[in-house]
Amino acid sequence: MLTVLKTPEQPEQTATTDAAVNFDVRAIEIAPSRGWEALDLRGVWEYRELVWFLIWRDIKVRYKQASLGIVWAVIQPVMTMLVFTLIFGRLAQLPSDGLPYPVFTFTALLPWQLFSGALTGSANSVVNSASLISKVYFPRLVIPIASVMATLVDFSISFGVLLGLMAWYGISLRLAVVVLPLLVMLALAIALAVGLWASALNVRYRDVRHVMPFVVQFWLLASPVAYSTSLITSPTWRAVYSLNPMVGVIEGFRWAVLGSTPPSVLVVPSIFVTGVLLATGLFFFRRTEASFADVI
Amino acid sequence: MPPTAILVEHVCKRYDIGVSGENMFQYGSLRESIAVAASSALQRLRGGRSGLEVSVDHIWALDDVSFSVNKGEVIGIIGRNGAGKSTLLKILSRITKPTSGYAQIYGRLGSLLEVGTGFHPELTGRDNIFLNGAMLGMRRHEINQRFDAIADFSGIAKFLDTPVKRYSSGMYVRLAFAVAAHLEPEILLVDEVLAVGDAEFQKKCLGKMKSVVGEGRTVLFVSHNMAAVKSLCDRALLLDAGSVVAEGHVDEVVERYLGLAREIEPGGSIPEDAVRSGTGEARFRHVELLTQDDRQSGEFYFGQRIRVRMTVEVMESVEPVVAGVVIESLEGVKVACSFSTDCEMDPYTLSPGWHVLTVDIKVTLLPRTYTIGVYLNRTDGYDVDVVTRTVQMSVLNVATTGRDSYPWETLQGYVRAPSQWCAPESVDPSTVGSHDPVASSTKPD
Repeated sequence: MLTVLKTPEQPEQTATTDAAVNFDVRAIEIAPSRGWEALDLRGVWEYRELVWFLIWRDIKVRYKQASLGIVWAVIQPVMTMLVFTLIFGRLAQLPSDGLPYPVFTFTALLPWQLFSGALTGSANSVVNSASLISKVYFPRLVIPIASVMATLVDFSISFGVLLGLMAWYGISLRLAVVVLPLLVMLALAIALAVGLWASALNVRYRDVRHVMPFVVQFWLLASPVAYSTSLITSPTWRAVYSLNPMVGVIEGFRWAVLGSTPPSVLVVPSIFVTGVLLATGLFFFRRTEASFADVI
Repeated sequence: MPPTAILVEHVCKRYDIGVSGENMFQYGSLRESIAVAASSALQRLRGGRSGLEVSVDHIWALDDVSFSVNKGEVIGIIGRNGAGKSTLLKILSRITKPTSGYAQIYGRLGSLLEVGTGFHPELTGRDNIFLNGAMLGMRRHEINQRFDAIADFSGIAKFLDTPVKRYSSGMYVRLAFAVAAHLEPEILLVDEVLAVGDAEFQKKCLGKMKSVVGEGRTVLFVSHNMAAVKSLCDRALLLDAGSVVAEGHVDEVVERYLGLAREIEPGGSIPEDAVRSGTGEARFRHVELLTQDDRQSGEFYFGQRIRVRMTVEVMESVEPVVAGVVIESLEGVKVACSFSTDCEMDPYTLSPGWHVLTVDIKVTLLPRTYTIGVYLNRTDGYDVDVVTRTVQMSVLNVATTGRDSYPWETLQGYVRAPSQWCAPESVDPSTVGSHDPVASSTKPD
């Protein structure tokens, strides 16, 4: 009997080894900023739950206390489509590659609103999180990333509207829609790339906040949302035009959903420009991130 | 030797003050930057130094700070406002980077620089527990695990499905602290977060802090509350103007801090342009506060006697006067007064020339900051000279000796009433409220 009672002495020893194991955790190094920092995408990955929570917060809060709630995600693109159809389709009689103009423009509005929402959101995201930045640590990249991803919810709702619209006009789904996720990712990557630059600059120069609406407006005009790329005929201008990475995304969308001209040539410069913007944006963000808490 | 948890080596932090020098956190406009860049380029063209270095002023918030904290140790960081305490915590919690030097932290770090970071007013209490937990570095499964404990600790479990914007500030703080209290890192950095909420809740928070300390975790605790620092920490670090000026046993360091605080208040000459009222035959020229051991000071231990010494210049002969001292709170509430005739002393007859009037005040003021007003009145009620807010004094929340203190900034009133409490007695519930001295003293058979 007595010998049996003696065994529970073990746990104490395990507790000490546990502490020792914990102690071996990689030490946190705190040192001055060395200028160009490594990207530390692993750090961002470790905080993926926070990314998720921030997205979840953005979505939960977005339509709070709005009586129409999530319906706004439908109203906004539909209203824009109606205005575009009236002005560009009816009044200006812009060609729509033989497709019904509402579907033609709505298909382009989907990636466009995804992009412009993500861009505007991410550009202001860091400044809007000033209270977090000055009080808690997490990889700052989490903020613009979460802000860009949160726009996907509105996108999926308006995608449903597109499906309804297609059914209305009797357009059937093509196999090519399988590339849509890639195009969505490309649109988000462009938004993140520009958003990284804008959000980091915004911390120091609040001018960015005032510049962004113009940037988005001009960018819309420079993208084939209301019109078709077939309007641009000169090869030189087409080359310049295709430097706008959203051209490839929008053309790709029209092709995948509606079967217009495939954008094979235009997508290549798009991807290249996006890659350059994203890489420089990431490094620029990382470089300025160290001073966010001091100047925000 | 126990392993090190936090190692800080020669850490410096410089903050650049804007070109205009108005506000160090001023954010620049593009125009300003272009202007600065242009002027520096111009200067370089002229062969001068870069304009940036000349025009941008800076301050050193931390200047060569080194120390180390062993695993399981609880260390207090104290110092006056602006001494660099918060900057140090911000560097250790990786919110900002040091300008030079380095630090290492061994173990999972949690920092608590404010309660309720990231709380969103539109979200419910339940949602905010998750959001705030995630911000503080908790994993989702950890939050799930501790959810009930958090809800329970907050004491507002009934309102978890209400948006926090409908909460009272007390409820908000309770919920926020409850989340923070369930953060279980190996190393915890805490800024002045205990000084919130009502007395009962603060007691609960202190209890929680004590249990955290008891579990052998490493804690770095920043506070202005000397009583809390003394009760939680073994060792303390005193920062002043960005440097460590004292390090060692908590009692000694707190003592040093109080010494430092005393230096804040220099003399107490009343400036020529001070606002006065009265007929003006005599003028207060100097007011000073002295501690028990006759040292000039602006800080007093809780319960310590306060000696006020006033120097009066009498210009022309004046009728007998009554001198008075009025202690006013910063909000302008007159808290206590003492007049020379209170102690059955005759009014003073002062001949032209300089006189010193001294009074010892034995009121037990609660820990706050007060100002001293001095009065010279004629017996018929006319003011000869009155100057309010001459010198400032702070009453500290520690007593010179013993356990007497007023922790937690939940003060009721300004003065502790001299009282005598009796030991509790057990009582028959049926007699409660019918306290009748006649009935209880007469015993019917």
